[in-house]
Amino acid sequence: MHPAFSVLVFTVMSGAGYGLITLMVIAHMSGLAQLQDSSTLLSGGILAFLLISGGLLSSTLHLANPKNAWRSFSRFRTSWLSREAVFAVLFYPFLLLYLFGIYSQGTELNGFFQLMGTVAAILAMVTLFCTSMIYASLKTIRQWNSALTPMNYLALGLMSGSLLLAAVQGIVAGDLNGTLQNAALGLVVLGSVTKLIYLFWIGKPQGSTIQTATGFTQASVRLLDQGHTSNSFLNDEFGYTVEANKLLRLRGGMLLLAFVLPFILLMLNSAALTLIAALLAIGGLLVERWLFFAEARHVVRLYHGDQRT
Amino acid sequence: MKLGLVVDLDTCVGCHGCATACKQWNTSGTIGPLSDKDPYGRDPNGAWLNRIRTYEVDDSPNSKTVNMPMSCMHCDNAACVTVCPTGASYKREEDGIVLVDQDKCMGCNLCSWACPYGARELDPQQGTMKKCTLCVDRIYDEKLPEDERKPACVMTCPTKSRVFGDFDDPDSEVSQLVRERAGKQLMPELGYNPVNTYLPPRNKPVVETYDVSSVKNTVKKWVNKVIAR
Ligand code: SF4
Ligand code: SF4
Ligand code: SF4
Repeated sequence: MHPAFSVLVFTVMSGAGYGLITLMVIAHMSGLAQLQDSSTLLSGGILAFLLISGGLLSSTLHLANPKNAWRSFSRFRTSWLSREAVFAVLFYPFLLLYLFGIYSQGTELNGFFQLMGTVAAILAMVTLFCTSMIYASLKTIRQWNSALTPMNYLALGLMSGSLLLAAVQGIVAGDLNGTLQNAALGLVVLGSVTKLIYLFWIGKPQGSTIQTATGFTQASVRLLDQGHTSNSFLNDEFGYTVEANKLLRLRGGMLLLAFVLPFILLMLNSAALTLIAALLAIGGLLVERWLFFAEARHVVRLYHGDQRT
Repeated sequence: MKLGLVVDLDTCVGCHGCATACKQWNTSGTIGPLSDKDPYGRDPNGAWLNRIRTYEVDDSPNSKTVNMPMSCMHCDNAACVTVCPTGASYKREEDGIVLVDQDKCMGCNLCSWACPYGARELDPQQGTMKKCTLCVDRIYDEKLPEDERKPACVMTCPTKSRVFGDFDDPDSEVSQLVRERAGKQLMPELGYNPVNTYLPPRNKPVVETYDVSSVKNTVKKWVNKVIAR
């Protein structure tokens, strides 16, 4: 699949923002001492707001006819993209009320604002889940059509969110908090494990072949002619191919950038290094998202001569 | 009613006539225009609703060239419709035709990702999704003579390899062809249950290759040998 840059930015940034707000609300509500500080909470909340809004704006850039984007709320009952759009918008009033509560009342929120924060955290995870289901629900792309896809999106969103939360807390308070740091370490390990399972799983040959695609299941089939002399929409969108050794190098770089380096930097107990760890992880996740697209092979490629997906 | 096409892979000669007729009819039809980017330039790229690919099936001497025209299969279980967030893509209750409402589409491409058969292409100028309409603006047009109320591709095919009809009616020409010629769906394992059905090539004896030996040829061979020396 052709990786559209706006979609990579959207999924990584909004994933980090949703992860950040969810973890922050959990830590705040459960009374973690270092998070009972309104400037930390407001900084975290505003950062999440910016990441999510920037991501959502970027996602509209890949629409070829954005003037109809408002219609995307209309098919909530069948379309995961529609559900994502609805939940993403629904999330905002709850986030803003929660942040307003912190701004006006400090960290000791009354029941109403606590409820707002909890609902915002739940909607954040629901939205992220809907985003992942857009991909996971496509039977045409075996590399996506799996429960591992939502697991990856949720785990990696929470992981980048936890790194950002630890960095924000460390920078605002001037002193890194051990609990947040351990949570981030744990989530980096979880993220890397889910990603490794995913990479092993997509390596297993399975799914449709050129034989089932053309109906000639008892003989070999080779493409002689695609029927057009220049590229088509289908070539551009689905024909994207990267050499195997480049993919391998990028996988290595991605694992280093997104997981190994942030893990090492986190162990060094410094707020500034934690911020660098968070930025590196986000860079690594951009590569991860790029690979998620570049390694996905749509079944239409079988009609263009691929023997299997 | 369940309208769709039967495509005969035995007789299709791969002339691309159906694709050209389709483009011509539909660029001024209900979903038109069907635009092209850079049509006369170095790298033209445009929206077509029907494409023909050519395959070699099996190995020599049993090999056969098969031309496979593909347009929307008007699937029973059309995921392209359910994934669409705007409601632009829909499947008609009355005859099963899958269409895109050009006034609602936002050009997100998701339906083209959901389609296994490459039947949907984004219009490079309009920014909206285009696909086969089963020539809905011909087949119900009462101003046309009755035998012309068929899709443009079916009308134009010089070998009559495309047949249009109602798959719900067991006596229709399409249903009979599917029965008699063991019609096949493409990629049935994905469960889209495509309506369009493909008739596999008939079995024909393998073409034998042998040397034609005659007095004339033997003399010719001798002469050639002598001259070559
Ligand atoms: S062939 Fe593709 S576009 Fe047509 S109905 Fe089936 S899934 Fe939809
Ligand atoms: S490209 Fe248009 S028709 Fe296709 S899913 Fe998006 S809005 Fe629906
Ligand atoms: S039925 Fe009409 S729109 Fe569909 S491929 Fe044939 S000519 Fe094109």
